[in-house]
Amino acid sequence: MTIETPVFEESVVEVEPARGPMDWVRKNLFNNWYNTVLTLAMAALFVWAALALARWLLGADFEIIRVNLRLFMIGRFPADQLWRPWVATFLIAILIGVVGGSLAATARDRAVEAGLPFTETTFRQVLSRFWPIIALVVVILAFTTTITPTLLTLLAAALGVGAYFLGRVLPRAVRRWTWGLALLLIVATYLALAGFGGLGWDDWGGLQLNLFLTVAGIMIAFPLGLLLALGRRSSLPVVRTISVTYIEFVRGVPLITLLLAGAFALGFLLPSDVRPGFVTRMLIAITLFEAAYIAEVVRGGLQAVPRGQVEAAQAVGLPTRTTMRLVVLPQALRATIPAMVGQFISLFKDTTLVSILGVTELLDATFIVNSQSDFLGQGLFVVTLAFAGLVFWVGSYTMSRESRRLEKRLGVGER
Amino acid sequence: MWRDLRVLRVVVQVLAVFVVGAMAYVLWFNLTNNLRAAGLATDFDFLTQPIGVDIPGSGLSPGAPIWRALLVGIKNTLALVVVGIPLVTVIGVVVGIARLSTNWLVARAAGLYVELLRNIPPLLIIFFVFNAVILRFPILQESINISDLLIINNRYLAVVGFTAQPNFGPFLLILAIALLISAGVWWWRTRRSERTGEPHHRVLWSLGVFGVVAIVAFVALGAPIGLSRPVLDGRALEGGYVGLASYFAVLLALVLYTASHVAEIVRGSILAVPKGQTEASNALALTSFQRLRHVVLPQAMRVAIPPVISQYLNFTKNTSLAIAIGYAEITRLTFQTIGNGQPAPQMIAILMGAYLVFSLIISLLVNVINRRLELVTR
Repeated sequence: MTIETPVFEESVVEVEPARGPMDWVRKNLFNNWYNTVLTLAMAALFVWAALALARWLLGADFEIIRVNLRLFMIGRFPADQLWRPWVATFLIAILIGVVGGSLAATARDRAVEAGLPFTETTFRQVLSRFWPIIALVVVILAFTTTITPTLLTLLAAALGVGAYFLGRVLPRAVRRWTWGLALLLIVATYLALAGFGGLGWDDWGGLQLNLFLTVAGIMIAFPLGLLLALGRRSSLPVVRTISVTYIEFVRGVPLITLLLAGAFALGFLLPSDVRPGFVTRMLIAITLFEAAYIAEVVRGGLQAVPRGQVEAAQAVGLPTRTTMRLVVLPQALRATIPAMVGQFISLFKDTTLVSILGVTELLDATFIVNSQSDFLGQGLFVVTLAFAGLVFWVGSYTMSRESRRLEKRLGVGER
Repeated sequence: MWRDLRVLRVVVQVLAVFVVGAMAYVLWFNLTNNLRAAGLATDFDFLTQPIGVDIPGSGLSPGAPIWRALLVGIKNTLALVVVGIPLVTVIGVVVGIARLSTNWLVARAAGLYVELLRNIPPLLIIFFVFNAVILRFPILQESINISDLLIINNRYLAVVGFTAQPNFGPFLLILAIALLISAGVWWWRTRRSERTGEPHHRVLWSLGVFGVVAIVAFVALGAPIGLSRPVLDGRALEGGYVGLASYFAVLLALVLYTASHVAEIVRGSILAVPKGQTEASNALALTSFQRLRHVVLPQAMRVAIPPVISQYLNFTKNTSLAIAIGYAEITRLTFQTIGNGQPAPQMIAILMGAYLVFSLIISLLVNVINRRLELVTR
């Protein structure tokens, strides 16, 4: 008699059918009856939305944006001072370039030291990460009427790229002082706008003001928030109570109430000879508001530092303050970076609130232009709001994607 | 002695109290002086003065005292919160689940919605909804009227409502009794199911009992509830339920905005449920609905609740943006009252106090729910 040898391979290994696009469609779109219904409904909705958008884009009159582009970007900055925002743009491009290049170089050095593979960021990766910003710049430039802004933007881009490669090749000893250079460039940017007979921030407007309020708000609120976070974790009951009361009070009220207080009540709280400008008062309100939120972000970072780190520092005899400065804070602050970017995004969106009190930032400008005699009563709100919405969307979307990338890279929440 | 930790602790705390106290004193000193110099009140007596403006949709005359107007404002804020939070939850959960759908197109559509909405300032969304949707409706005189059931124009939205007819009181009483009976049926079905193991079908049973009683009572009492159709009478809408267009603009915009954030939270929480749970449900041959309803969502909910609460609080605080399109909630009324020359510091203190109370109530409510949902570990 014959014994048949069992054939294992064929019976165990499931043969994957050849996967063509039709298989993908069947599996991901029409795998059962309700998915088929959903797919058809969604497809109809997409087609309808795309057609409506296309019809609107082709039919809408964008003259209102073309005429008022400067108001949207820099508010009522005097025409003969236009070189100032441009110089500021160049300086910011250089700032971003140098910092980006030096960070990339540091990351490369660290990887090499640790014996890890380091992959260079390719041009395609940069494109896929920053396409919304590039697209926005192209859209904005398409609204300009002369060639000068395009040339100047290209110059700014060139400066930025040049600064990036400069940051890459800086020797390590110099790179350690990049933050000092960054601070210098920020001061220079401010001086370019306001110094030597320029315009102080109380007269700024447009997108420039939104960006200023965001950056200044976060930068001034950060030290305050850090102190509040440390106060909240202090072992001194009085300090803790003061910090908790402040943080919870501010987090319990909307920003607009603080802005109202800044606009109408702050004057009553100051000595009668101190009268800060309106934007300054808005900035004070924003700073006080942001400090409470940053305190919570920093607290999250402090909690992420394992207890063993503090205990180890105590074991080697470090005093409390040194433990904080050298062991806890560096780790805590690194862990807060993604949340800080989130805070930055939400403040960027919240700066639109000052428009309620009549400050000419970007959103307010979209209303001002609709009351110009050329465009009055033509229902162009949708056009101008869409433009402002695009600007805010691009900024927030890019930042939130970058923060998610950072979060993954830093491994926050995975430890 | 100065390096003694116990002494240092006391000194630092006394210093902190002193600094904060001194700041408070200086601010208070400036405040009272400045208010007096400006000829404004330093107390809250001004609240009994007339409001001086007309509040749309409130029925208050301009002669009504300020405190009554503020109460109307609080009521209007709550009208947004009470309707908005359930809507946010439903849309957020649906979109969050849809983002993880196996249907590629559905997942993409949900992703597009989330990424589009949550990266635009809520104030801009409110303006957009108001200008691109609400103001596109015809003016009052040319209202859209759908067979007297629904009237829409660019200022109001009115739907058909109910009015009490004779025997309304007894009918309500019977409904209350029916509710008790159906609760009893629920309890009975649950117990029976636990004893015998047969399916309880308690939702069907209790709804059925309640429905039968309600219909019988409605017929027996001779239609105690009548319809009230909205009527366009010259420049005013009467009958039915009338809502201000500005209310719906704020509601729609904020619900869409907040739901996009909630959807992200829901998606993250579902992804946080261990994969083994899904695989185990598949091994038990649960349908995808049963898997979501009984296995995945209950576990995801525990992760999602704390961040979702903070979204509820954000929604509540964001209702203050209604100020921008003139919906008369409390921030708007405070703004108007200050504009009429009433002392700003006191008005803003009241406003902040109101929001603190809202935040506190929502936190408390949700904490109670949270405690009931907490995992009981043995």
